[in-house]
Amino acid sequence: MNSDNFSGEKFRFGMLLSDTRYRATSLQVITFIIFVAVFFWLVDNTVKNLALMGKDVSFSFLGMRAGYDINQRLISYTNDSTHARAALVGILNTLLVALVGCIIATVVGVFVGILRLSRNWIIAKLMSVYIEGFRNVPVLLWIVMIFALLTELTPAPKAFKGENPEASMLFFESVAVTNRGTYLPMPIMGEGAYWLVVALCLSLIIIIFLVRYSRGLKEKTGKGLPTFWISACVLVIPFLLLYFALGKPITFSYPYLKGFNFKDGIHLRNSFLALTFALAVYTSAFIGEIVRSGILAISKGQTEAASALGLRPNRIMSLIILPQALRVIVPPMISQYLNLTKNSSLAIAVGYMDVRGTLGGITLNQTGRELESMLLLMGFYLSVSLLISSVINYFNRSFQIVGR
Amino acid sequence: MSNIAFVRKKEIAPSPPPITEVGIIGWIKQNLFSGWWNSFLTLFCLYFLFMLAAEFFPWAWGGHWHTKSLRECLDLDPNVACFSVLTARWKQLLFGLYPAEEYWRPTLTFFLLILSIIPILFPRFIRFFWFSLIYPGLALWLLWGGSFWSVAIVYIGMSLGVASYFMLNQRLIKSSPMALLLALFLTVIFFLFISDGMADLLGDLVPLSLPFVESLKFGGFTLSLIVGVTGIVASFPIGILLALGRQSKNLPLVKMICVGFIEFIRGVPLITLLFVASVLLNYFLPPGTNFDIVLRVIIMVTLFSAAYMAEVIRGGLAGVTIGQHEASASLGLTYWQSQRLIIMPQALKISIPGIVNTFIGLFKDTTLVSIISLRDPVGLASTIRADAKWNGIYWELYIAIGLMFFIFCFGMSKYSQYLEKKLKTDN
Repeated sequence: MNSDNFSGEKFRFGMLLSDTRYRATSLQVITFIIFVAVFFWLVDNTVKNLALMGKDVSFSFLGMRAGYDINQRLISYTNDSTHARAALVGILNTLLVALVGCIIATVVGVFVGILRLSRNWIIAKLMSVYIEGFRNVPVLLWIVMIFALLTELTPAPKAFKGENPEASMLFFESVAVTNRGTYLPMPIMGEGAYWLVVALCLSLIIIIFLVRYSRGLKEKTGKGLPTFWISACVLVIPFLLLYFALGKPITFSYPYLKGFNFKDGIHLRNSFLALTFALAVYTSAFIGEIVRSGILAISKGQTEAASALGLRPNRIMSLIILPQALRVIVPPMISQYLNLTKNSSLAIAVGYMDVRGTLGGITLNQTGRELESMLLLMGFYLSVSLLISSVINYFNRSFQIVGR
Repeated sequence: MSNIAFVRKKEIAPSPPPITEVGIIGWIKQNLFSGWWNSFLTLFCLYFLFMLAAEFFPWAWGGHWHTKSLRECLDLDPNVACFSVLTARWKQLLFGLYPAEEYWRPTLTFFLLILSIIPILFPRFIRFFWFSLIYPGLALWLLWGGSFWSVAIVYIGMSLGVASYFMLNQRLIKSSPMALLLALFLTVIFFLFISDGMADLLGDLVPLSLPFVESLKFGGFTLSLIVGVTGIVASFPIGILLALGRQSKNLPLVKMICVGFIEFIRGVPLITLLFVASVLLNYFLPPGTNFDIVLRVIIMVTLFSAAYMAEVIRGGLAGVTIGQHEASASLGLTYWQSQRLIIMPQALKISIPGIVNTFIGLFKDTTLVSIISLRDPVGLASTIRADAKWNGIYWELYIAIGLMFFIFCFGMSKYSQYLEKKLKTDN
């Protein structure tokens, strides 16, 4: 034991803490003991508590009949379905809000971030107000406020009634905004509509090859093809030809008033709209800041060097600034997407049935399986977040600046 | 070459720049009307702002402040604001269900809070730092009430512990870890056996106590501030420790635990953690334990933001070059000395924006407690809107609440910018 002890000092017990040779190991042993002790203490308490309440740990409740309705669903579900199905409906609802919210937030955020750098003073100031205003007020307040506005400011369906209605539908009688939600026309896929989808996919593939060919041509000869116009033609013309050849297979079912409510069409509930919209604008403020700082992070020398090479301003932006800025922008932007997904659990405030509302709400209360439901719920959110952070890591690895 | 008729000997004074290029006009031309597109945008924005102002100012200026209900407001004039809801309910929005005759206590606590953060915010007043140290206990006593000595005894015990450490270290024992252990032991003995009796005795001698207020009565901005400020103060040191743990190279086990904790907390929404606090915590504690809901929420919020704080500080630590570590090691500093004197000051300076953003996020997240039915301002807004008298009110209430949060959060972010500028060394 003392073979590596050059000073010939005898081993003392106190050296476990004071000698750097042993300290790391002894500290880890102590940590391990404390960790294991706390862990067993918690497990022991849980077992005792469960025994006291006469409960066991079992996930069989997932297979039982749920017995409650969910008003917003993407897949078929009745109250005879199982709790597992209800959880799945909730998960899909969460993902729906997250997806739509992320798209809106990105579009608005990029727009706001670029405009904040505008040379127009008043626009830049307005965008700062937008960003600071949305960032500094809790998202929950935005959600309940937008929900309140949607229900209080919009007319009731009965206002659309009668010869001289107080309210009228928008966009050629196709969209109805009411205090029970917004009704949109729903496309109905008739016979042969799938050929249209196939045609669209084929056009897209052709466009991809076209863009590649044009890029290759440009690198060889210096002149490319007018890709945009050709792609537009490739996309639209076959689709229209086929559409009429097949006898207009896609029709729309328009919402119409029946009794005191609207029928048919897509019904977007106010809870969904408020949640999505609030999360989107709240996150867009953060994305705006990210975009702005990403663009500012590219040194001015890059712009000057590019213009010295003779590039025009929009080419400088698309070829020099944006590719470099994206490297700075994308990772924090993805983590904003993650934040949006996690914030969507605030759905409970407006009664939107996301996974926290079904699995972590009604299912939990009905079955009394707090432990199991919360474990599943946390597992869901954890796996989403691990997935997203692995995307970030992948991005960072593949787009790192090589060398230096 | 004598056909030159005239040679100017003196330089002409430079003519002033055209009036369209300098001064206010030049600024307007450059920043607002530099092209037809910019001019259009400017005019559009001005029109938009004008419309907004034309809607807002008559609405807010003529607002009613002293009606009994929303109906009364609408009967008087439906086109103006009905601020009476704030007149009627501002006490709730600020204090929740706190007993009315005790309102001075949260108010006093709030002003003392401002006093106690001044020494931390502005180094000029650092000599008053002792007040920041005694403030937490004082606030605890003022807000919850009870005997003054039950809080003071904690301070007494801790001072005795520190004093005994120095006594032991200087007079009796050479080894400082031994002195620390012994001092800890003495302190524990004090709290286990002596403190209760001593508090009772002091309470009998100098009866100084406030009526007790239970946690469920707390609400409004008082609750937001209690949860927010406590969370901020507590999450900072925990975050530093977690970051150091995650950074450590020779303690893989500690690192693993820290990484696991941070990633777990960051992976789940705060709401689920709050639900764990309100529903599930009883499973994990010995049967029959039941502790204060506000305390549980504070613990969860603290852990939550500590994980985020750890990531922010880790970013700062990564920004400190390896040379700094080596230089401090070659000066013979121990790990904690070099962290305290060399590494942390630089790392924290780099991560100021991130830290303040985490604080702001935490303060905003305090509104989430309304979902586990505590009465924070957002929860109270729903309660007020459910009241028959104010059913259907929205702008006035939400603007007021939003403004309160905005002031606090915006103030924090402005302070962080000031701090960044002040600490900037630019090398």
